[in-house]
Amino acid sequence: MTDATSGVGTSQPPRKASLLELDARTKKRNAAEARFRTYGLVAVCAGLVALVVLMGSIVNNGAGAFSQTFVTLQVELPADRLDKSGNRNPDEMRAVSTFGYSPLIAAAVVRSLEENGISIEGLSAKDAGGIISKEAPAQLRNFVLANPQTLDTTREFTFLANGRIDGYYKGRVTFASAEVDKNVSPAQLQLADALLEIGVLESKFNTLFFTAPDASGQRPEAAGLGVAIIGSLYMMLIVLALALPIGVAASIYLEEFAPKNRLTDLIEVNIANLAAVPSIVFGILGLAIFINFAGLPQSAPIVGGLVLTLMTLPTIIIATRASLKSVPPSIRQAALGIGASKMQSVFHHVLPLAAPGILTGTIIGLAQALGETAPLLLIGMVAFVREFPAGPPQGFFDPASALPVQVYNWTQRSDPAFVERASGAIIVLLVFLILMNAIAVLLRRRFERRW
Amino acid sequence: MSLKLIAASTIAIASVATAASARDQVQVAGSSTVLPYAVIVAEAFGENFDFPTPVVESGGSSAGLKRFCEGVGENTIDIANASRAIRDREIAACAEAGVTDIIEVRIGYDGIVFASQIDGPAYTAFTPSDIFNALAPKVLVDGALVDNPHQQWADFNAELPAADILAFIPGTKHGTREVFEEKVVAAGCEATGAMQAMMDAGMSEDDAEDACLEVRTDGKSVDIDGDYTETLARIDANSNGIGVFGLSFYENNTDKLKVATMSGVVPSTESISTGEYPVSRPLYFYIKAAHIGVIPGLQEFASFFVADEIAGPFGPLAEYGLVSDPELSETQAKVAAASAM
Repeated sequence: MTDATSGVGTSQPPRKASLLELDARTKKRNAAEARFRTYGLVAVCAGLVALVVLMGSIVNNGAGAFSQTFVTLQVELPADRLDKSGNRNPDEMRAVSTFGYSPLIAAAVVRSLEENGISIEGLSAKDAGGIISKEAPAQLRNFVLANPQTLDTTREFTFLANGRIDGYYKGRVTFASAEVDKNVSPAQLQLADALLEIGVLESKFNTLFFTAPDASGQRPEAAGLGVAIIGSLYMMLIVLALALPIGVAASIYLEEFAPKNRLTDLIEVNIANLAAVPSIVFGILGLAIFINFAGLPQSAPIVGGLVLTLMTLPTIIIATRASLKSVPPSIRQAALGIGASKMQSVFHHVLPLAAPGILTGTIIGLAQALGETAPLLLIGMVAFVREFPAGPPQGFFDPASALPVQVYNWTQRSDPAFVERASGAIIVLLVFLILMNAIAVLLRRRFERRW
Repeated sequence: MSLKLIAASTIAIASVATAASARDQVQVAGSSTVLPYAVIVAEAFGENFDFPTPVVESGGSSAGLKRFCEGVGENTIDIANASRAIRDREIAACAEAGVTDIIEVRIGYDGIVFASQIDGPAYTAFTPSDIFNALAPKVLVDGALVDNPHQQWADFNAELPAADILAFIPGTKHGTREVFEEKVVAAGCEATGAMQAMMDAGMSEDDAEDACLEVRTDGKSVDIDGDYTETLARIDANSNGIGVFGLSFYENNTDKLKVATMSGVVPSTESISTGEYPVSRPLYFYIKAAHIGVIPGLQEFASFFVADEIAGPFGPLAEYGLVSDPELSETQAKVAAASAM
């Protein structure tokens, strides 16, 4: 172009001496490629940084949920206060509520201080009792009701420490913040330090976080994921038991047996569309059909499982059809050629070869369902549930919570200790999801066949 | 493989469906303000009684009452929590669905406080007029009604800090917004004389009242549709911001927030129970009388909720920030008699 416009026409562009020497256009193309690579690298890095920051903040916030501060105390169980009629009958002893048990715990803390010769200025008996979780009186009462013969003895109990005291050892509470905090005083922190020194107070791995049910805003230290884990497990069982057979049957029919006509085309388009429907829509459907029409109970895993089944079905059908399609036609033809029926060719040859793909799709569908909150909101599963559901199948109809729901609930609580709980629950949820995805990858690696 | 699975699962589902039995736990839903209190009571109830712990859902006063009014039967909730009294419209909707006997239970009062970052500017004393001058779209300046020109608090009240106005107020779906508008913004509108000026300018009284509830939309006032934890996060990020919180939320976060007085009164459970602190509201729950005796534990739960050891001035609810009702004994008698409204 420069030649044409220069109009001189005398000087030819110099002939290239070597292929190794790059001309201007090649350089330009190479530069464009290099730029594109940089963009890609920047995009990947940005994604990685976001992931690291997110995971970092979650782990940073949530790691604390896996350890908890406990206090071991010798508690006197005076019969005259806990069994007023004196006949050791648990039914009559129920008349003493947990409020009647809390003074015993405060007394035990004070006694432990006296025995060890610790005195802290400005610490009342009530404050001393305040370093123990409000869950403790219930723990004590349940023990006494189950073992009435222990009255008038002194027993050793391990109680949870109050959430603020626990927060002190996790860096959430300091002496400076305790000054202005209405729920904890510096004297209580001094007391905790003194108890730590004599070994009464210690931090341990928090198994309660996995086994205990949810707790109210006044006792974040006692809140656990027990009910949520069981609720999620029940729902996954229901989804697996329903979505897998229905999904696989539907895909086999559509892929292998159904005639290709307008109707099957329409069904196909609808399945693809259904996979893109926002999950909350399934919640509305669940409320209308399963609760209002079919009369199933609210807040129950059965309804949650049915709703999530509807949500997971398209994913499973699409994955199954893709893996059925990827089985080469020669397999079918060979089976038919030696006299197998259509059904025999499908069930004896095609399906086993497609199984790894189907399983992968199912597991990924389940993982998706495990992390879903929106549809559960409408069927009453986003709730405070403290009772453990019964064993299956009866337990499917009992109220339960779910893992992502528990995260959502905890982020709304006012006590700052719940931030740690919520992040801890996110970590547990992520571990489950990563495990499920890892199983899916593993199955694919192990059994996948390339043609 | 799949045929067997289908058969097995169908049989399993069918057998399970027949095993479904009557509901044996109380179901509660409604206001997110009442939720923490209801959860505390539910927990203590489960510990002290043989009945299972009630299931408590959130969702807001209106949503809770709507579900409450869906009808009578095991698939409907037994108790609706509300941070406002039930409306006539809702009572009518209830009656239409067959929910006729509703027992109203007032559990206590909730204070609404203005708080800011603990190290932020010295927002220590507000009056409703200050809030109105800062947040209303039109204010009275030198006797004339003009578009709100105020950029800093000190622009209209020299005693307030010279910091940019920024307020995080509850969004319109919250029951708290209603109280904020009526007890603070509207009160300020009247006190500054802006309402009179509007009426003088030819507005009818009703229109002026409505106009008084409006909040400026130029970004100085931010609606928070989430819960108080979101407001707290915004305050954490903006040292100039002030936020509207429930008293109990503030009391759980006194290490991060400092509270401002309203018309010279420090918000506390005492000043609210005496009525000195102006911005407070009653909290309620509503019981479906038709479910009493059908759902085990419902009557007991309601009685336990308003018992002295729970809702009294030294009970766990007061400790959490609820202002206990001085007329609690009347409420107790009402629940004991299960008297319908």
